[in-house]
Formats: sequence, structure tokens, C-alpha cells
Amino acid sequence: MKDKTGVPQGTLALMVLKTLDVLGPLHGYAIARRIEQISGDLLTLNQGTLYPVLLKLEQDGSIASDWGTSDTNRRARFYRLTRAGRKQLGAETANWEQTTAMIGRFFAVQAEDLK
Amino acid sequence: MRTLRRALRRLTSWMTTARDEQRLQAEIAEHLALLIEEKMRAGLSPEDARRQALLQFGGVEPMKERYRDQRGLPSMETLTRSTRHALRRLRMAPSFTFTTLLILAIGIGANSAIFSVVNGVVLKPLPFPHPDELIAVNHAAPGVNLANAGTAPFLHFTYHDQARSFQEIGLFRWSETAVTQLAEPETALSLNVSAQVLPILGVPPLLGRWFSESDDAPGAPLTAVLTYAWWQARLGGDPSAIGRQITVDGVPREIIGVLPASFRFQDRDAAFLLPLRLDRSKTVLGDVDFEGLARLKSGVSMEQASADLARLIPIALHSYPAVAGFTVKAFEEVRFAPRLELLKQNLIGDLSKTLWVLMGTIGIVQLIACANVANLLLVRAEGRQHELALRAALGAGWHELACDLGMESLALGLMGGVLGLGVAAAAIRALVAIAPANLPRLHEIAIDPAVLLFNFAAGIASGVLFGMIPIFKYAGPRIAIALRGEGRSTTDSRQRQRARGALVIVQVGLAVILLVGSGLMIRTFQALRNVDPGFDPKGALTMRISIPVAQVRDPAAVLRAEQGILDKIRAIPDVSTAGITTVIPTDEGGGRYQVYVRDKVYDKVPPLRRWKFISPGLLGAMGNRLVAGRDFTWTDIDDSRAVAMVSESLARELWGDARQAIGKQITPNQKDPWREVIGVVGDERTDGMQATAPPMAYYPLFMTSFNAAPVFVARTVSYVIRSKRTGSEGLLADVQRAVWSQNASLPVAKVRTLDEVYSKSMQRTSFTLVMLAIAGAMALLIGVVGIYGVISYAVSQRRREIGIRMALGASPRKLSGIFVVNGMILAAIGIACGLAGSAALTSVLGSSLFGVSPLDPLTFALVSLGLIVTALAASYIPALQAMKVDPLEALRSE
Repeated sequence: MKDKTGVPQGTLALMVLKTLDVLGPLHGYAIARRIEQISGDLLTLNQGTLYPVLLKLEQDGSIASDWGTSDTNRRARFYRLTRAGRKQLGAETANWEQTTAMIGRFFAVQAEDLK
Repeated sequence: MRTLRRALRRLTSWMTTARDEQRLQAEIAEHLALLIEEKMRAGLSPEDARRQALLQFGGVEPMKERYRDQRGLPSMETLTRSTRHALRRLRMAPSFTFTTLLILAIGIGANSAIFSVVNGVVLKPLPFPHPDELIAVNHAAPGVNLANAGTAPFLHFTYHDQARSFQEIGLFRWSETAVTQLAEPETALSLNVSAQVLPILGVPPLLGRWFSESDDAPGAPLTAVLTYAWWQARLGGDPSAIGRQITVDGVPREIIGVLPASFRFQDRDAAFLLPLRLDRSKTVLGDVDFEGLARLKSGVSMEQASADLARLIPIALHSYPAVAGFTVKAFEEVRFAPRLELLKQNLIGDLSKTLWVLMGTIGIVQLIACANVANLLLVRAEGRQHELALRAALGAGWHELACDLGMESLALGLMGGVLGLGVAAAAIRALVAIAPANLPRLHEIAIDPAVLLFNFAAGIASGVLFGMIPIFKYAGPRIAIALRGEGRSTTDSRQRQRARGALVIVQVGLAVILLVGSGLMIRTFQALRNVDPGFDPKGALTMRISIPVAQVRDPAAVLRAEQGILDKIRAIPDVSTAGITTVIPTDEGGGRYQVYVRDKVYDKVPPLRRWKFISPGLLGAMGNRLVAGRDFTWTDIDDSRAVAMVSESLARELWGDARQAIGKQITPNQKDPWREVIGVVGDERTDGMQATAPPMAYYPLFMTSFNAAPVFVARTVSYVIRSKRTGSEGLLADVQRAVWSQNASLPVAKVRTLDEVYSKSMQRTSFTLVMLAIAGAMALLIGVVGIYGVISYAVSQRRREIGIRMALGASPRKLSGIFVVNGMILAAIGIACGLAGSAALTSVLGSSLFGVSPLDPLTFALVSLGLIVTALAASYIPALQAMKVDPLEALRSE
């Protein structure tokens, strides 16, 4: 199954983790905004899809959340990375790099190389 | 670990649903507000900004849906939803719900009621601390053919001094005493104990103190400890009773303590406890009419204790002199062997087996009820099959459908459990009322937490049991197939029919087993009723008096008093005859002793025989047969003639024939003069109708030189009064007056008709019979309803087919025949299975049966016949419906 927005399954969670890792605690809107910015607007995200992902991460214990006040003085829920989340991010990053490296090699292969 | 945490969070979040919804709502609102602000900063109008923001956010509702999926424990939510739906559906089908709940409530209630009996009598520990250490210490005496000969002081003293297995060992026996100086003279049951008994039981006194060693010493001042009930009833629960005196058997005793209300020993209603005050220096081999009680040391097994005592028995036999007239060797030949059992086992005896049989029986009824409910559920699921298939096609998982179906069953089971509890409460009352009076621990039968737990476990187990069947049939993976068929208009598939048929077969089979069981009990009861008891239970009254030594010392005066009362009773109008005896057949009491025959050489002690002491005319009053010779006469007694009588079985055993016995000479004790046998009495079933009549020796009420004593008189005697007014209050008052005009301080006890005593001896059989008959009747009823239901449903399902056949010219009679045959085939298979099951199972009734084989052909045949007839009726009535089908209407209705 593919996400409507073209975000590959599971990658959104990884993006959320990385964003929180780099920028510290953020509320949902800011996370969505950052992801769009970082992906250079290549990725159009249905921002609502973020919330089930946030809940899943919270249930897993990778992130935690608290009510707080945003820059614009609004009440907002802030998400932050937990220790378990940081560990998970490390593992997933390594995993992801390995996968992309492998896929990259596959695409680089020419017919002659296998002869 | 992570899965566990996730599950936990899901679970907690399931419980905080409302709060989470709010949180999400707030976050979405916040997010949208920020997005709109951003768009407006980029120069869009508020409306456009809002539209753009919503577009960018994506569908709110699908997102919420996914959020909820992520949040909740889906199965939990399905569960609550299913429950709600199930309850709604049950409300919408009141007649189905009512029938099902009725069946379940009766089934579960009956089970809980019987379980409460099993629980109260068999399972619950005795109300003493560490009851599993308490054991009854008795002895078997194979040398004189006694399974339980009790114990004796000479054994007790030896054990007390030398046994290593016990924390403590004590001795007791029950006796009836006369209490005077209160408002009315009364016969009271006394538990006579050695000083160790109360400490062994571990019951602290409510008031005052226990017996001390010195209270129990011979010659110590006389004391008594009252039971709570007697203290309340006779002394008004007055705490100052301690230190006061009561007169027991004509002797004053000081009250030193009161037992707590919870004290109950061997399930008898004692009035008070008295110290035994045994004298070691006068202890002899003999006096084997006590019972022993001990508390095991922790870690000591019964086998070890038994071996310990077995070692001490020879020591005991050589530590004391033999009772007058016997040698130590004679006692060695009795071959005493320790007979230890848990105090509880000692109390309930072989009853637990009967109770477990009843429990099993009632369990079978519940199985039948479950099969029936499963059938009803199958029919219901049938009606929903189209809906279920549709839901499956629309993406409902099969577990979701199963949950839906299962919830309905579970809800039924639980509600059945609640109603069943009410039924149980009523049934327990009825049970306690009809239970044999000698059922031990009757007062402990109640609805307690264990019974509650059992009740609801039974409800849930039943719900699961009958819920499984429709689930497997209808929520299975192949559910979608049902959509292809047109659902309503097709004739029922063969496979579905088979499932319902199988359930009916199970019901009929189980019903057969129960009916055979109750049939066998009815035959047993008939056989018992047909046994010649050896006396005539109809039209005779009995009552008991006891003349204590303290009141009348001289034995001859005792005889005169007893004779005086007899004469006064005989003078009452309508009393045809009366007599005095020491043993009422089938009632408790009566001793045993040896019977020696003159000119016979004994190299070992002859076996113990029953004996009883009777007045002239007793045989006539009891309705005993005189097989040979003559009855005692008052002249025999007045002249101290050395005479005796024997029972027919004893005569046959000793001399081969009743007539041979006359003129022979016997004695219970070789020190006595020989007694001439002057009569032979027909056998009496003294131990109950099931047991063969024990050989018995009859001696006169009053004798000189008997059993090593110069004069003997029976001080505790029963009067047997034959009158056409038996059972009337008037006769009773007349008898009481007769006794009191002779001696105003004599309590009259145990006033009963002989017929009551006789019926009571068969009470356990009649109790088992009533219980089995109720179970059998319930099983039959439910089974018949089952057959009826299946056939009538088959008819309603096949209306269309019937219509077509009729339109094509089939005769209605032939069509209805199809259904009857259908029902009969099911019944026949069920009966065959049931008969096979009965043949295998009735052996558990074994010891409860009498005069009938567990495979009694008559019972088996009658039950089969009865079931065939009822099955015929149960399938014929719905089959008639088939004849009434109007072909036109049947075809048009589709």
C-alpha cells in the first residue's frame, strides 16, 4: 500500500524522529512545516496524516508530548524525542542507509557487469 | 517488551477514550489555525485561506479514523460494540430470550444447588484450626469380623504415653443423660471427653475454661462445659451461669465453661461436655466402646502414624489385665489394627460418592440444556446468515463476526447465571428440607463465595459451550458462500440439518442415561420396600426413657418402675399391646457381645453378635415372628430363670436349623451360668433394609448372674406401643402421663412412630431417588422440547418443498410421515447411544442400588419405550403442520 502523498510506508515516522532530533521539541504544525521545507517541497504532505504517526511513535515510547505555549502564544502540544526514540533513530538511520546503499548498487549495475 | 508496552498503552488509552478525542480535536483545531494564519500572511482572503488550509491538511474524518485505529485496542472496542448489539438483539427477541434464560436459569440453579451441598458437606474444611491434622483413631478387629471396633481406654493410655506421631491424643464417647431440676426433666446428649479433646480441637472457650487434667482425674469434683445452644436455651445465655450447678443423671455438676456458637463436633447436637474421669488403675482390656481423636504432628503421614500405633498394640495388650471372664490371648485373637482416617472423612463416610454422582447427574442435565440452547442459537444464526455473509463480504473479519455471535451466547450465559442464583437459593431450601436427617454438615449448606464462583463459572462455561457451535457453523471462513445461495428461498442445506440432528441425538442420549439412573433407583426403592423388615412398622409408637443410678440405685426397683410404666401404658384405651426393648431396628444403638455355646470347644474368641434385652410381649408389640419355641414370660424374670432367645439366622448358623436351637444352652461370658434357648425369633433387618439381618441374641430385661455381674437391668429402654391411635397427640399425652404418674422426674425422649424410624432408614435412597428423578424429568422435558424444535423448524424451512410436492400430488399423510420418520431416526440413534452410555455408567450407582442389577433389562426397556413414545409425540405434532401447508400459499409466499 502506498501513501496518497507519495510518502513511502514507514518513512514519515523516520522523518518525524529526525526532525525532532535536529530541532528539539516542536508542535504538530511545525513538524509538518519542517518536513515540507526540508524535502524542498518535493513532498506534498497531507498534514493530517502526521497525527496517527505521532500517536504511534508516542505509544512506542519513541517520543513524548506535553501541552505548552507556541511562539505565537497559543496553547499547543509539543512533541520531543525520548532516549528510546534517539536509540531507535540511530538504528533506523543505519538500517535506511544500508538499504539505500544496496538499492543504489542495484540501480548502478550494468548488464555487462554481470557477465 | 515493546509489544507489551504498546498493548498496555492501547489498553489504557481505550479506557481514556473521551479525553483522547478531545486532545485530538484541540490539536487539529490548533494546526488548522496555524495553517490559516500562514495562508493569510501570504495574502489570501480568510475564506480562501481556510479552504487552502483544509486542502493541505487532508480529510479530517479519515485521519481521525486512522488515529482511532492506532489508538484503541480494536478487539476491545469490537467487544463492547458486540455486547451492545447482542443485548439489543436479545431484547428484540423476547420469546427466544425468555425460553433460553428459563432453561439456563433452571440448569445453572440446579447445578449450583447441588454444588452447594457438595461444597458444604465434602469440600469445606471442618471449622477447627489446621483441620487436616485432625484424625479419628479407631480400630478394625478382623478377629471378630468388625470393620470398626472403636477404641478403648487401655489403648488410649498406651498411645498417650508412647505414641510418637501425635501432638496429642484424646478419647471420647457420646451418651444420653437425664437432666433434672430444670423446668421439665429432659434427655440431653452429652459428649464425654478426656481432658485432651478440646485442646486438640483447638476451640477456645467462650466463657470460663476447658477441663483441666485434674477435672478429668477420677474422684475430682464433677464439672460440665455447656454448648452455646444449650446454654442459650436452658440458661438464657446468662454469663453468671459459670459456677452454677446442673443436675445430670441425678448428680449435681459445676458449670465451668461455655463453648462458642461455632463449635460442632461429629455433627451432633450435644447439650454439654462432661469429663470422662477414667481411672488408670482400674483399666482393663475391654471397654471397646470409645472413639479416639488425635492431632498429627506436622509432617507425619497417616501411614507412619498407623505403623506407630500398630507397634504399640501388643504393648497395650500386655500392660493391663483382661476384663473378667477373658484372657489376654482372647484379646490378641481379636487382632486389633489401627484404623485412622481424617476427622472429616470419618464424619461424611461414603456420602461423598453419592453426592458426586448427583453432581455428575445434574451436570449432564446442564449439558442437555446447553445442547438445546445451541440448537435455538443455530436457528437464530440461520436467520441471520444472509446478514452475516453480507458483512463478511463488506470486509468484516471472521473474528469480528464470531465475536458478535459469541457475545450473544456469553450474555445469555451470564444472565442465566444471575437468574440461576435465585433458583439455587430456592432449591437449596427445598434440598435441605428433603435431605436425609442424617446427612452430615447439613447446616453448612449455603451460598458462599465458592458457590457464587461456581455459579458464574457455570454460566460462562455454558455460554462458551453453546456459543461455539453457531460460531463454527456460521462465522467460519466460508461464510461468503451463503451469499451465492439465495438465502431465504432455498431448502436448508443438509449439513446444517446434520448439526441440529447431532445435538438432538446428544440430548436424547443423555436423557436416556439419567432416566435409566432414576429408573434403577425407583426399582431399588421398590425392592427395599418389599424387603420383609422382620417387624411390623405400621401402627406402633416408640419412646425412650432412662433411669439413672443416682435416681434409683436398686436394679430390682428399676425393673419394677419399668414394669409399672408398661402396665400403665397397656391400660391406656386403644393400646392393644406394648413391650420394652433396648434396640429399635434400623435406629442407632445396640451393643455386641460374644455368644458361647455349651459343649463347644473354643480355641479362639467367637465373633461378636448383636444383643438386645426385651420384656415379655415385646415380640408381639414389634410384630416379630416367633419361629420356634416361646416368648419370655414375667415368671421367667421373677424366678430368675436362665433363659435366652436367638434370631433365626443365629440359630441356623450355630445349629443348622431353628427348631434345633430350642433347649440348647448359650452364654455371653464363660463365667456365667448357661442360659437355655427357649425361642427363636424371625430375622430383623436391624442395620437397614439393604443389609442382611445380623445374627442376634435376645436376653430378658432383668437377669441375675449375667456377664460377670450379680444383677443386670437395662436402664435405658424403649417402649413399643401398638395402638390404632398411633401418631395422635392424644395417645402421646396419655403415654407421657403414664410415665410421669410412675416417676415425675423421668424425661420421655425420642417419641416417634415405628414407621418414621423405618422410613428414615431408607431416607438416603429416597433422597438419591428424588434427586435423580428430578434430573431425569428435566432431561426428558428438555430433550422432548429439543426434538419438537428441530422437527417443527425443519417443517417451517421446507414449506416450499412441501408445497411443490403437494402440488404434484403427494398425499399430506405421506409428507408428514417423512418428518415423523426423521424425528424417530434421531430419537432411535440417541436412545441407542444413551443405552450404551448407561451400561457403561450405571456401575457408579453400584453401592446405592439394592435388589436390582445395574443393567436391569426392565428399566432399560421401559426407558427406551417411554422415550420412543414421547419422541413420536414430539415429532408428530409439528409434522401435522406439514399436512396443513396450503400449496398455493407456500409457493406464493416466496
